[in-house]
Amino acid sequence: MEYETVIGLEVHTQLKTKSKIFCGCSTTFGAPPNSHTCPVCLGMPGVLPVLNREVVTCAIKLGLATRCTVNRSSRWARKNYFYPDLPKAYQISQYEAPICEHGYVEADLESGETRRIGLTRIHMEEDAGKNVHGAADDDHSYVDLNRAGVPLLEIVSEPDIRSSEEATAYLKRLRSIVRYLGISDGNMEEGSFRCDANVSIRPMGSDTFGTRAEVKNLNSFRHVAHAIDYEARRQARLLAQGKEVVQETRLWNTAEGKTYSMRSKEEAHDYRYFPDPDLVPLEISEQWIEAVRATLPELPADKEQRFVVEYGLPPQDAATLVASHHLADYFETVAGAVKEAKRAANWVLGELLAVLNKLGISVEESPVEAAALAALIRLIEEETISGKIAKSVFEKMVATGKAPAAIVEEEGLVQVADPEALRPIIQQVFDDNPTQLAQYQAGKTKLMGFFVGQTMRATGGKANPALVNKLLREMLPEPTAPADGG
Amino acid sequence: MAADSDLARLTLHEARDRVTAGEVTSAELTEACVARIEEVEGSVHAFAHRTTDEALAQAAARDAARPDPLPPLWGLPIAVKDNICTQGLPTTCGSKLLANFRPVYDSFVARRLEEAGAVILGKANMDEFAMGSSCENSALGPTHNPHDLERVPGGSSGGSAAAVAADECLAALGSDTGGSIRQPACFCGVVGLKPTYGRVSRNGLVAFASSLDQIGPLTKDARDAALLLGVIAGHDPDDSTSACQPVPNYEAALEAEVAGLTIGIPKEYFGGGLDPAVEEAVRAAIATYESLGATTVEVSLPHTEQAVATYYLVATAEASSNLGRFDGIRYGVRQEGKDLLDVYKRTREEGFGAEVKRRIMLGTFALSAGYYDAYYGKAMAVRTLIRNDFDAAFGQCDLLLTPTAPTPPFRLGEKLDDPLTMYLSDIFTIAVSLAGLPAVSFPTGTTAAGLPLGAQLIGRHFDEARLLAMVHAFEATGQGRPLPAL
Amino acid sequence: MDLAEVKRIGALARLDLGEEETAAMSDQLTRILDYVAQLEALDTTGVEPTTHPVTLGEAFRDDAVRPSLPTEAALANAPATDGASFIVPRIL
Repeated sequence: MEYETVIGLEVHTQLKTKSKIFCGCSTTFGAPPNSHTCPVCLGMPGVLPVLNREVVTCAIKLGLATRCTVNRSSRWARKNYFYPDLPKAYQISQYEAPICEHGYVEADLESGETRRIGLTRIHMEEDAGKNVHGAADDDHSYVDLNRAGVPLLEIVSEPDIRSSEEATAYLKRLRSIVRYLGISDGNMEEGSFRCDANVSIRPMGSDTFGTRAEVKNLNSFRHVAHAIDYEARRQARLLAQGKEVVQETRLWNTAEGKTYSMRSKEEAHDYRYFPDPDLVPLEISEQWIEAVRATLPELPADKEQRFVVEYGLPPQDAATLVASHHLADYFETVAGAVKEAKRAANWVLGELLAVLNKLGISVEESPVEAAALAALIRLIEEETISGKIAKSVFEKMVATGKAPAAIVEEEGLVQVADPEALRPIIQQVFDDNPTQLAQYQAGKTKLMGFFVGQTMRATGGKANPALVNKLLREMLPEPTAPADGG
Repeated sequence: MAADSDLARLTLHEARDRVTAGEVTSAELTEACVARIEEVEGSVHAFAHRTTDEALAQAAARDAARPDPLPPLWGLPIAVKDNICTQGLPTTCGSKLLANFRPVYDSFVARRLEEAGAVILGKANMDEFAMGSSCENSALGPTHNPHDLERVPGGSSGGSAAAVAADECLAALGSDTGGSIRQPACFCGVVGLKPTYGRVSRNGLVAFASSLDQIGPLTKDARDAALLLGVIAGHDPDDSTSACQPVPNYEAALEAEVAGLTIGIPKEYFGGGLDPAVEEAVRAAIATYESLGATTVEVSLPHTEQAVATYYLVATAEASSNLGRFDGIRYGVRQEGKDLLDVYKRTREEGFGAEVKRRIMLGTFALSAGYYDAYYGKAMAVRTLIRNDFDAAFGQCDLLLTPTAPTPPFRLGEKLDDPLTMYLSDIFTIAVSLAGLPAVSFPTGTTAAGLPLGAQLIGRHFDEARLLAMVHAFEATGQGRPLPAL
Repeated sequence: MDLAEVKRIGALARLDLGEEETAAMSDQLTRILDYVAQLEALDTTGVEPTTHPVTLGEAFRDDAVRPSLPTEAALANAPATDGASFIVPRIL
């Protein structure tokens, strides 16, 4: 039987506020264990949470950016369970009345198609601390509560995703959005953007859902995709064997490329959610929402469309450029300083990305600034250098950080665009290649390319290719026989 | 210097006046209380921890540096209930689990006491985690009623009430969740005020039931309560449930007229089960107020009978979550075990007393999957009906007068084996807590055997000033607190 | 509340109730639940729950960093530490 995979994703994204969600401790990473803690985030007896206003602003931002309804009134709930990294034995979260509901994210697929993935809800909550397990022969774990109370947004998608490719596209777009909004680093490897996947399968064409498994421990886009594909295969195999899929939580094992059940012996989870009496119901004014709306930057989907319309870029190129707003900004700086935006896009997507990928760095760290790349492209447009020379100038810019004009000057790469200078060179090419000249005259006009190449070589690549073509057509003898194509 | 034990018999405001006038020193007052503690504490056992050395040092420091103007409690010795965090001083909540706990931060009220110049004599005994109505549920042993050592002082603030009644301190702070200030005040023949929910910050009060808990004064008269409430009331940015309402000058408001006020007498509070001596004393108080020019009107609070059931679901549900943090990881007495789960279970099993465990069980059950709607959800809705009852009653009157407790103080051990009967001893104080209203219990004489009797005045939200003026007017008719024969 | 239910709730609440205690708890909680069952008789259809008796507080604080505790103070009351972290039996 052929199956369809049904996927819903739960993403936790850590917010870049200065202080924790319910106390004034710093959220910065990498501090010595338990040095960013206070009575509140340690869950000392008698302490009370007080909500960081900025966390709500971040949630409103993301809600508006994903076309959610921002609820004017929402509530805090306690999720009760015992774990050493959870100091109060409950997590303050939102349950029945989350801050945002019913939105969507539009994700671009490789095919150029766009898929709209629904969002069930976005809610605010506090992160837990970290349990560090001792060495193999140490029968202790060590609890660090620096992360306890760092603000999170949990973004829950509808089960609208049908493949690992769609899942990856959704996650990439969602990550772009949180980065555009400046609310999160969106870094999966460092854990500031975490994803759990609910995966089930059903016979193609069916409209009821199969039993789902929740897969955790996915810390890169690649792992998400692999885990989904593995889970879909595993479930199909079970069904083929006449077995049933069990609703459970499974852990992705990166090394083995498999998911494993993490069923524990303990009782099933019963989180006993109830409204947190320590926090008053959250009321959000229309003015607050409108004030946040006014600060929203242009978002990836809008920017992508504008790039297509305003710069005439192919949708795929636009999509690649807007994935990071830094890359999009870079492109726009270049495009604004040159004549042809398309050429700017080609350079950014081609030469620049190749270099960045090779160096493993982001566009913010690019050794060639946007203004320098624009200067290089202007040299092409002004016909000072050819496109081919420009590529070698770009390599030197990367290596030395020098301005393109300086490199062109130092290396004597200025394009020869003077017909009076080129005519004798072309004449010399004719003189050096009498056989080819004769063949051309006899009708072998394909040799035009040969003469262009010889002339370019004779000028060290500096001749203006268009001018060389023009002069050659003037100076070459008329073919006497009809072109034989041979 | 021999301590003048008469100084311990002063009210808080008398002592304040004498300190202000330079007639008596903080050291003299503190030594007098310490002497009185040494005299009677062996039979009363009002203190969980005495901080005599710290108190004497603090008193000397107060005498050495008298600011001008003198802060309101300068040099005055006070007892603080043992569930109110005091930095560096034991705060055990009457629990074995917190036997070694010394908070690393001060509660809001402890800071306010310090700013006002008070001297902390010690931490008052209490039912474990404020769960009880007799002060018998303390891991440190029971407190005895100073008026009859065979009888309970009430609870859970039994230590605070007994210490004030026995002149072991000038005044005390207690906490009230369902009657824990008012009922022991009634049993010990002192004034006990539970402020409006949110009037006093809960920051640093070890939580029992967060939507009910309030800190309040236990004092020798109404003026003392006004003085002490004025020091601890007010908004605290570290407690978002603490009200931003302005704090009136309660002492100045004491002289307000009783004449012209309408006192509601809820008929449901005078049914069967009410001890005749209690009823007689309340009727006499009604007559006193009528003689002062007040009008009385019978009102109805139809859901009175459901208040105890509602309370025991709401309070235990919140408690089950609030007490999750006592896991022996960050603080408290840990019991070692074969693995983590074992450490949790043994620490809590051995650290908590029977009543605390019973309430954790009940609350956990009320929130658990499948029972939430029938128990916790239902109780939250009935809580609304109870609030509505009071709103309707206050449409007909300015305040309500009721008995505080259905009986005079009962014997130690009398109700220990019967939790439900014990719960029902709070029947007249519980509805007030559910509605978040302010209420004061004040002495109305004694039984023939000399056991204290009391009545409760209930006001609208934030109407503490009127309640205290009413008690003050009652006292002015010559009916003060009964003095124990100790 | 029968013995099995008491055990289930005890496990959820992380209480290691002994046999005798479980039996006593079953008896007492059953009586308390019988008592609270009186609430069933009340019609609460459409009645909003009261989660907070009074809400006149200030819901927010500004996003400003306040000093944390010195690590010694954070760990001061802990039964087992290595001077940096809280120590628990190994989590499996």
